[in-house]
Amino acid sequence: MSETPVSGRFAHRFGGRWSALGVAVALAVGLAACGSDDDASTGATDISSASTDSVTLVTYDSFPDANTSLNDALAEFGAENGIEVDILVAGDTGTMLSKASLTAGNPEGDVMWGVDNASLSRAIDDEVFEPYVARAIADGTIDIAPEFLDLVPNGEATPVDYGDVCVNYDIDWYAERNLDPPTSFTDLTDPAYAGQLVVQNAATSSPGLAFLLATIHEYGLEGWQDYWSRLGQNGVEVVDSWNQAYYERFTWAGGGPTPMVVSYGSSPPAEVIFAEPPRDDAPTGVIEDTCFRQVEFAGVLRGTDAPDAARVLVDFLISDRFQRELALNLFVYPTNQAVDLPQEFVDFAVVPETSRTLDPTLIDAERSTWIDEWTELVLG
Amino acid sequence: MNRLPRWLLVALAIGPAAGLLVFFAWPFVTLAVEAVNASSVGDTLGRASTWEVLWFTAWQAVVSTIATIVIGLAPAYVLARFDFRGRTVLVGLLTAMFVLPTVVMGAAFLALLPDSLDRTVWAVLGAHVVFNLAVVVRVVGSLWGHLPTDMEAAAATLGASRWQVATQISLPLVRPAVTAAATIVFLFTFTSYGVIRILGAPGTRTIEVEVWRRATQLGDIGGAAVLALLQLAVLVGLVWWSGVAQRRHAQAIGLLPVAARRRPRRGGERRIVGVVAGATLVVAATPLVALVVRSFATPTGWSTAAWTGLGRAEIRPGIRTGVDPVDATFNSLVNAAWATAIAVVIGALASLAIVAAGRAGRALDGGLMLPLATSAVTIGFGMLITFDTDPVDWRASWWLVPVGHALIAVPFVVRTCVAVLRSVDPAMTNAAATLGASPTRAWLATIVPFLWRPLAAGGALAAAISLGEFGATSLLSRSGGETMPIAIEQLLGRTGSVLQAQGFVLATLLAATTVILVVVVERFQSPPTRRSRP
Amino acid sequence: MNDHPGLDVRNVTVTFEAPRARVNHVLDGVSLSVEAGHVVALLGPSGSGKSTLLRVIAGIVVPDDGRVFVHGVDVTELPTHRRGVGMVFQDNQLFPHLSVLENVAFGPKMAGAPRSERTERASRWLRRVGLAGFDDRRVTDLSGGEAKRVALARTLAAEPVVVLLDEPLTGLDRELHDQLAVDLAAMLRDARATALLVTHDHDEADTIADRTVQLADL
Repeated sequence: MSETPVSGRFAHRFGGRWSALGVAVALAVGLAACGSDDDASTGATDISSASTDSVTLVTYDSFPDANTSLNDALAEFGAENGIEVDILVAGDTGTMLSKASLTAGNPEGDVMWGVDNASLSRAIDDEVFEPYVARAIADGTIDIAPEFLDLVPNGEATPVDYGDVCVNYDIDWYAERNLDPPTSFTDLTDPAYAGQLVVQNAATSSPGLAFLLATIHEYGLEGWQDYWSRLGQNGVEVVDSWNQAYYERFTWAGGGPTPMVVSYGSSPPAEVIFAEPPRDDAPTGVIEDTCFRQVEFAGVLRGTDAPDAARVLVDFLISDRFQRELALNLFVYPTNQAVDLPQEFVDFAVVPETSRTLDPTLIDAERSTWIDEWTELVLG
Repeated sequence: MNRLPRWLLVALAIGPAAGLLVFFAWPFVTLAVEAVNASSVGDTLGRASTWEVLWFTAWQAVVSTIATIVIGLAPAYVLARFDFRGRTVLVGLLTAMFVLPTVVMGAAFLALLPDSLDRTVWAVLGAHVVFNLAVVVRVVGSLWGHLPTDMEAAAATLGASRWQVATQISLPLVRPAVTAAATIVFLFTFTSYGVIRILGAPGTRTIEVEVWRRATQLGDIGGAAVLALLQLAVLVGLVWWSGVAQRRHAQAIGLLPVAARRRPRRGGERRIVGVVAGATLVVAATPLVALVVRSFATPTGWSTAAWTGLGRAEIRPGIRTGVDPVDATFNSLVNAAWATAIAVVIGALASLAIVAAGRAGRALDGGLMLPLATSAVTIGFGMLITFDTDPVDWRASWWLVPVGHALIAVPFVVRTCVAVLRSVDPAMTNAAATLGASPTRAWLATIVPFLWRPLAAGGALAAAISLGEFGATSLLSRSGGETMPIAIEQLLGRTGSVLQAQGFVLATLLAATTVILVVVVERFQSPPTRRSRP
Repeated sequence: MNDHPGLDVRNVTVTFEAPRARVNHVLDGVSLSVEAGHVVALLGPSGSGKSTLLRVIAGIVVPDDGRVFVHGVDVTELPTHRRGVGMVFQDNQLFPHLSVLENVAFGPKMAGAPRSERTERASRWLRRVGLAGFDDRRVTDLSGGEAKRVALARTLAAEPVVVLLDEPLTGLDRELHDQLAVDLAAMLRDARATALLVTHDHDEADTIADRTVQLADL
């Protein structure tokens, strides 16, 4: 547009002095900025005394930020180490990671919880993390399944939990209609189940992406698009986050209209634990054939102001004390093998005999293409 | 010559010019380099979705524009030609609709429409039409009110019926104004963002939305940059064409000095005026009423819970939404305060420089207008990818968002002030000079005192713009730093009734604040510089 | 033709609400008759309401009281375009977006004449007013005398039953004025039009009109 002629005329008018003055002003602005920048971050993270460090844990929106035993554990950690932990909820995993990529090197917090195996390579490529693996793992004082550690060969981040992303269904809803719940991917495209499934946007949500990967695993690189068109014709609903899908659209947990939702193999025990009135069986079921293995990571954000405190927090996140809270708060399995699972979890969580999974290098190479194609196809 | 000393001009212009270079020109160049550098051009242009997005952007803008013009002509005519009770209120209401933040407009339509129409293209088109009615009413109406009424009477004496007069005489004569209004509406709807984010289905994407999605969700910076430039190319082409078209159809007509409005006569005329004014009132007011009503609605009946319990809603024990409406309101107010302060200072300096400095002043004037021609998302995007490396890594700086807002608000402050300063009688300055004042003293005594009133109006306008700004903010704001528009979009994107009601509460608050600020603007604006849009 | 006068104005009263709530009588019980086929000149000082009377007759201004008859038909309630009353405005009011020919052809077009006929009629009237070859000119490019001729041709081409002329020759230089006055008189006579001419110029009235009346006497 007319940009060039305008600034051209301007420069001409003010002659040679112009550029020097411009640089001077830009520098002044820059200096003022640096000065006040520190004030701002101080204000935001509430460091009030010099003796207490403060770290901000950036996490997804189904991570509780107060009033649970998980938060109690974090408070204990804070008291013992003189490090206050603030929780910053940054949306569902996909959104959180996008923000992390755009703010890489100047992050919104110090530690990030919850990047999953399907997106990990994006975080690594965008240099979101400052490579760090919890010291106990490096020392070998904690046992972690080697297949999890294989996902971070260069120690970019620490595997903190795992689980399975599976389609869940409302048992009563199907019982009332004398309809057998579906048992396979193919069933989901059956007109008998039309308009009964809500999934998450693969671009913004980690279970959404995991479910997409599961369909790619089932139907192959050439066949999944066709499957999704059929799913679309069968009235699949897409929302942005797991929270929204599960707590707002799902018949059982959200009082919504949709009796099937992409969630976790470990969602049924949650429904037992939170049931009002108490119950001794799970109200929701899992379609095991649809399960995709998900491993979540925690890492130190590159550019953190408090790298030491951040590392100490990551060490804590893999410790027995914190890991034993995961099952009943986040409904995932701890990666720390020394931790015992609560009884409800053992009783009601579904662990599929074989979880689907895809080669990490394939995911890394194709992920953005898949998300793009999926978006065209399903949201188009 | 009674010219101001050169050092003073430089001192005035340096701040605005430097700000423009650092925060607009530089990001713009970064964006262009990013777009050209990457293999993104091929990828983006080769992708079918790019063309689908472009096609959707274009057709919805064309349909919105045509519908707005067709629907807006009747109220434009009635409001321009007739005096009736409530006319001022109706004009004020339409103007208020137009200055409302886009997310509020989207929220109002979300509140108004039944679920079956929410998140459809019909909702988007409807919001676009109501939003932009004021453009047609004010731009076309101002010409229509000043057309010589005798020319229409002449056509009638030649046997033309009321309809024939309208189609064969009046419409052709107001055509330049219709072209101007259509251009403005097309520009707004082509770059529609907030309305689409709120009202559109996930797949409903304008280029503007696609730039945001590629940049923030897919991490496709190059692709986003290509799309931003593509959009800019279309906009520049359109503005150029519009200028040509307006010149081609310009007619030398003797316009009336004062708008010729009269009370409607005879039953037929009264009926037409009544029906058009009534329908316009209904169209403009119902979305706002619906907005307020929905802020009190819960599945179990009416309740003030969303108002009294405004805060982060808990979904499950310990699990709450990421956005806190109260924090967002606070953030918005702080941002608006800073954005207003920056825009007022820069705008005042720039206005004085522009009025005093002749050709260089016009160059500065044009330069400061450029951010308006660029879309807000593009501005935010450019800043985001420019200020991300040391020593200019300003992504975490609290002031980046207000600076982005100020960039968009400064042109309005400048326009408001320059119009008044230019109307100051030069004889006054000359008189001061003949009394022995130096050019600088004369300037301080005769020009500067006229700055305060328009500056107050411009400041209120800047505050309104900052409070409602969504495009740039959606790229620049960080977790915890959400503003009201961001919070509204997030809350209304949820289906939980508490969250939705909270979204409508925030939208109502934002609408009320904006309207109050616009009333302040009107107060401070002296009649000769009254402008049709902020 | 019947025995009724071509134009009959009875007891017309027009008041305007002036600022500060004063009621200003512009016309107070004015009556006037023009015999069919005659040209009457109406004289009076400026501001006396001559133009307003023409506007009442044309239906542009609604009278507070009184009636207007054209060939015995009460047209008081009829809209302008159905009265058969043509008017030449003081400032012509040519349509700037139409060519000279299109301006003159506007009346026939409104009457539903097919394109060839209205072009033919418009051309004939343009020749009649001495503007042959002006067809495609822009009206904004015309001189004052040319514009006035186009305005006359435009009104007469519509073949109105009554022709109203509102100070049609004001503002032209003397020579042009006298020339046009003679032309106008001839044209109105040829067209056998019933016409009412408003002017403040006695000589002009004598040249064009069969009879002259003073507004003050009505």
